[in-house]
Amino acid sequence: MNMLTDAAVEETLQPLYKPAASKMTGKDVTVHYGEKQALFGVNLEVPEKQVMALIGPSGCGKSTFLRCLNRMNDTIDICRVGGSILLDGEDIYDPRIDVVELRARVGMVFQKPNPFPKSIYENVAYGPRIHGLAWKKSEFDEVVETSLQKAGLFNEVKDRLHEPGTGLSGGQQQRLCIARAIAVSPEVILMDEPCSALDPIATAKVEELIDELRQNYTIVIVTHSMQQAARVSQRTAMFHLGNLVEEGPTEKMFTNPDDKRTQDYITGRFG
Amino acid sequence: MGEHTVSSFDEELEHIDRLIRDMGDLSGAMTRASTNALLESDNALAQRVISDDTIMDAKQRELDERAITLIAKRQPMAQDLRSVVGAIRMASDLERIGDLAKNIAKRVGAVGQGATPRSLAHSIDAMASLVLQQVNGVVEHYVRRNPEALVHLRDEDEKIDIQYTSVFRELLTYMMEDPRNITSCTHLLFCAKNLERIGDHVTNIAENAYYVMTGSQLPVQRPKLDETQVTAEAGS
Repeated sequence: MNMLTDAAVEETLQPLYKPAASKMTGKDVTVHYGEKQALFGVNLEVPEKQVMALIGPSGCGKSTFLRCLNRMNDTIDICRVGGSILLDGEDIYDPRIDVVELRARVGMVFQKPNPFPKSIYENVAYGPRIHGLAWKKSEFDEVVETSLQKAGLFNEVKDRLHEPGTGLSGGQQQRLCIARAIAVSPEVILMDEPCSALDPIATAKVEELIDELRQNYTIVIVTHSMQQAARVSQRTAMFHLGNLVEEGPTEKMFTNPDDKRTQDYITGRFG
Repeated sequence: MGEHTVSSFDEELEHIDRLIRDMGDLSGAMTRASTNALLESDNALAQRVISDDTIMDAKQRELDERAITLIAKRQPMAQDLRSVVGAIRMASDLERIGDLAKNIAKRVGAVGQGATPRSLAHSIDAMASLVLQQVNGVVEHYVRRNPEALVHLRDEDEKIDIQYTSVFRELLTYMMEDPRNITSCTHLLFCAKNLERIGDHVTNIAENAYYVMTGSQLPVQRPKLDETQVTAEAGS
């Protein structure tokens, strides 16, 4: 007869994920676009070296929040950001912060692949060049190769590094943009629907890549695909009408969420 | 719970739910009919239980197919996902209940030929009533979405186990009294064991239904010592 001891039972019931240290923290983040308020006091911790997915219906503020994390909203004149956002405990909206340096630490990949109209090589070498991270040709060669390798693209393009990046397929272009983002050794990578313009195979490759990248980088991804959020992330945050509704371990969010709005959204009952 | 934006999704989930209810009703009817057939040596009724089992099997296959198709087509999440996966599991327990009832029905002929002590019927009847109450109860609580009642129902299984132990002892006594009883008593013992197994499947269904409704698992039950094993060892 198989008698389970209390200790053995307790052991099997241990939580699957241990809490990670937080890399970025949003405190009471509010955003106004002119008169219109887009975020209403969001408090959210982004754990280090994990993938956090932001989900919610269109216009819920998830992309707005993502863009706050590397001050991309600075480029919009009417946008005002309140509250504070910390990167390793340091407020990134502090006037002493160099925004260019910040965006090297917190890189971004967009919805549509947007390679520069330059060669594949130059697309990747551009960041290290303007940030002064490499000087000699051999150094550039190395950073280009390793970045393309990390992005899972090197073998496909190694014989045509000097052909235009815009000549690649959509999926390859997106991986080129990821290679460009990681060439400057960022700590955090923000992704705004990186797979929405890609076919299932290219999507699978990017998702596989995201999973590998989280060994070294903290990743925040905005996605409209529930399945994608469930597949790639360790934690999920649900936004609705400019508020953070619920945040938690991904497997709980997709099997047994606490909030009714999350429940309705992920099961396809509104939105 | 509100409706899905895609209304055919609701219809597909409802269909699966209806199949579970049908299988639940059928499993209750088969359990009742098989024990009635056993207690009254009614071979015609036993035959009907045996043929009902093919209906049960067909329903389980239909449910499996519908559930798999729904997962492929809709990629259900949260409570939808739980209800589909839960339905697959509950259907397999219900199908097993059907098999066990069929097995009781198959023994009706063999038991009827022997000179069965009539008083035996009484304790098996009492056990069957308990089991039947559990089968009908679990279906009803599932239909009414009443998770609290399921917790209580799961605990009730212990009564069946106790009843089974007493039937076991009683049959042992009859066999020792008169070896001519051995054939029929052995068949009855299998029937009692089948009833006890049906109770275990009801427990599984209750646990699955509770998970479907609440999203959390019932705590692990302490494994109980099967008293008939002690009796068997003491007798050897």
